[in-house]
Amino acid sequence: MTGDTVTAGERTDGGRAAARGRYLGLVAASVLALLLVCTAAVAVGPADVGLSDVLASVGRHLGLPGMTDVPPLTDSIVWQLRLPRVLTAAAVGAGLALSGAVMQSVTRNPLADPYLLGLSSGASLGAVCVVILGVAFALPAAAFLGALAALVATLSIARVGGTITPGRAVLSGLAIAQLGAAGTSFVIFWSAKGDSYREILNWLLGSLAGSSWTSVLISGSALVVVGTGIVLSATRLDAFAFGDTAAASLGINVNATRWALLGAVALLTGAMVAVSGAIGFVGLILPHLVRGLSGPGHRRLLPLTVIFGALFLVVADTLARTVFDPRELPVGIITALIGVPVFIVLIKSRRAAAWA
Amino acid sequence: MGVKLDRVSFRIGGTTILDDVSAQLATGSVTGLLGPNGAGKSTLLRLIAGLDTPAGGEVELDGTALHGLTRRETARRVALLEQSAAPSVDLSVREVVLLGRIPHRSRLFGDFGGDDDHRVAEESLAMVGGGALAARRWHTLSGGEQQRVQIARALAQRPSLLLLDEPTNHLDVSAQLGLLGQVRSLGLTAIMALHDLNLAAAYCDRILLLHRGRLVAAGTPAEVLVPETIAEVYGVDCDIVAHPRGGHPVIVFSPSSSLDQETGPA
Repeated sequence: MTGDTVTAGERTDGGRAAARGRYLGLVAASVLALLLVCTAAVAVGPADVGLSDVLASVGRHLGLPGMTDVPPLTDSIVWQLRLPRVLTAAAVGAGLALSGAVMQSVTRNPLADPYLLGLSSGASLGAVCVVILGVAFALPAAAFLGALAALVATLSIARVGGTITPGRAVLSGLAIAQLGAAGTSFVIFWSAKGDSYREILNWLLGSLAGSSWTSVLISGSALVVVGTGIVLSATRLDAFAFGDTAAASLGINVNATRWALLGAVALLTGAMVAVSGAIGFVGLILPHLVRGLSGPGHRRLLPLTVIFGALFLVVADTLARTVFDPRELPVGIITALIGVPVFIVLIKSRRAAAWA
Repeated sequence: MGVKLDRVSFRIGGTTILDDVSAQLATGSVTGLLGPNGAGKSTLLRLIAGLDTPAGGEVELDGTALHGLTRRETARRVALLEQSAAPSVDLSVREVVLLGRIPHRSRLFGDFGGDDDHRVAEESLAMVGGGALAARRWHTLSGGEQQRVQIARALAQRPSLLLLDEPTNHLDVSAQLGLLGQVRSLGLTAIMALHDLNLAAAYCDRILLLHRGRLVAAGTPAEVLVPETIAEVYGVDCDIVAHPRGGHPVIVFSPSSSLDQETGPA
């Protein structure tokens, strides 16, 4: 009896060490893949840039010694155009995926996503108002306020008798998203300068075409600051698995935690939408995909979701700007093509009956 | 020592849910919380779990007033089993039991796969005879297995008080008996809300009987479960006989002469 217990204990200890090793290997492999994909994405485009030129250009700007010379035109394509765009795509993908993972956990809704629940449209509206008024500094703040307002509106509408079912949350999110989209389109038409249609499309479907180092700064700092806070809250997110009462009985201050985390999501989504418009489905697809690799525990899920989110959007944006070269698709078209089938699989899944 | 309820009351809006409930429960005893639907059983459990704050009065655990503790401190002393809870993601049994370690973890990020947490989780699962379930997915378990795993999760909190809200709901009879026997064998102070008077009579040291938010009777099953009191609270007619083997009271209901309600215990 005692002997059996000890053996079982050793076996699971060994199994746990193996699982941890597998996870760390997965993290290392995905970080490596992200670096390779980012480098390749900078090299790909209408003007041919060799991988060695990419590395040399980046190396020179970072002040690394011993870098070969790069032609000025190539250097500016790499450093001024493509690298900021790829880095912005990485930060936005990571931020949106992380937002989705947090929303799915604190609302216990597998369909939660910043786009489906209207946050992205709200953020777009906030951002567009500021862009039209021309106060560039306040852009992320306005997008944050838009996202927060949309979040509060969606959850208030979805709440009936103290409970929010996933289905109702998506329906109210749809209404708020439509309102945000209508508001965004109206503000752009009203300003009536330049190519309104393209600008509307970029805000509503998302586009990384206008990325600059400012975009990198906004999305990157939001990801680092807010994302770190969220990842450090992983244990508290675990506690929500069995619902609010269970979380409270595990010592979690449920309301404070939920609103702090949803506020962080609004901040993150706001910053991402401010630089890229409302890119859909990233927050829906990635957490479900990554859960299959990492398991549902947030201490493993969240870091991997960040890496895969970055990887996903860099690839999607590279497709968006190269598939119909020289024309460019809004990247939201690519993410929707992948995201909608995922959404359908989710609502057809075995527990869909409970979502009414 | 043990649990002390001192003139506890609770209101929602203007409605009184619990009114002036006082009781003293000894360490290591198993107490059954009985009463018709809406009597205030779940509310009282929530107050004892520190999830809600009483409008008046105080809940004390081993001499410490609960309202002076943080939620985390309470969660290290009191564990609650809710009625039929289900996780929103597909957790393994081991992961569910590990949730019980959350109140003991550091706030930031937690202890990454701490061996201590895993050992406590394994011990807890072994205590409910669920060691073989560890790798199973939650959704593949039977109702009785799920409840046993929930008890293991509660034990992983290392509580001094275990609260159970209708733990036998939706269980078949063998799972019901198995579960309540399990609770008794733990030796922990336990309070459980129950619908089945006979299960309460068989497995509880003491009974608290609630009716419309008031404590109408408290004592051993033989003291509390008498035909007059049951008729007054549940509105049903019954006889009490001694269990042929255990000697504890068995309530035999008389369906034909039920008084005026149909909401008797199932």
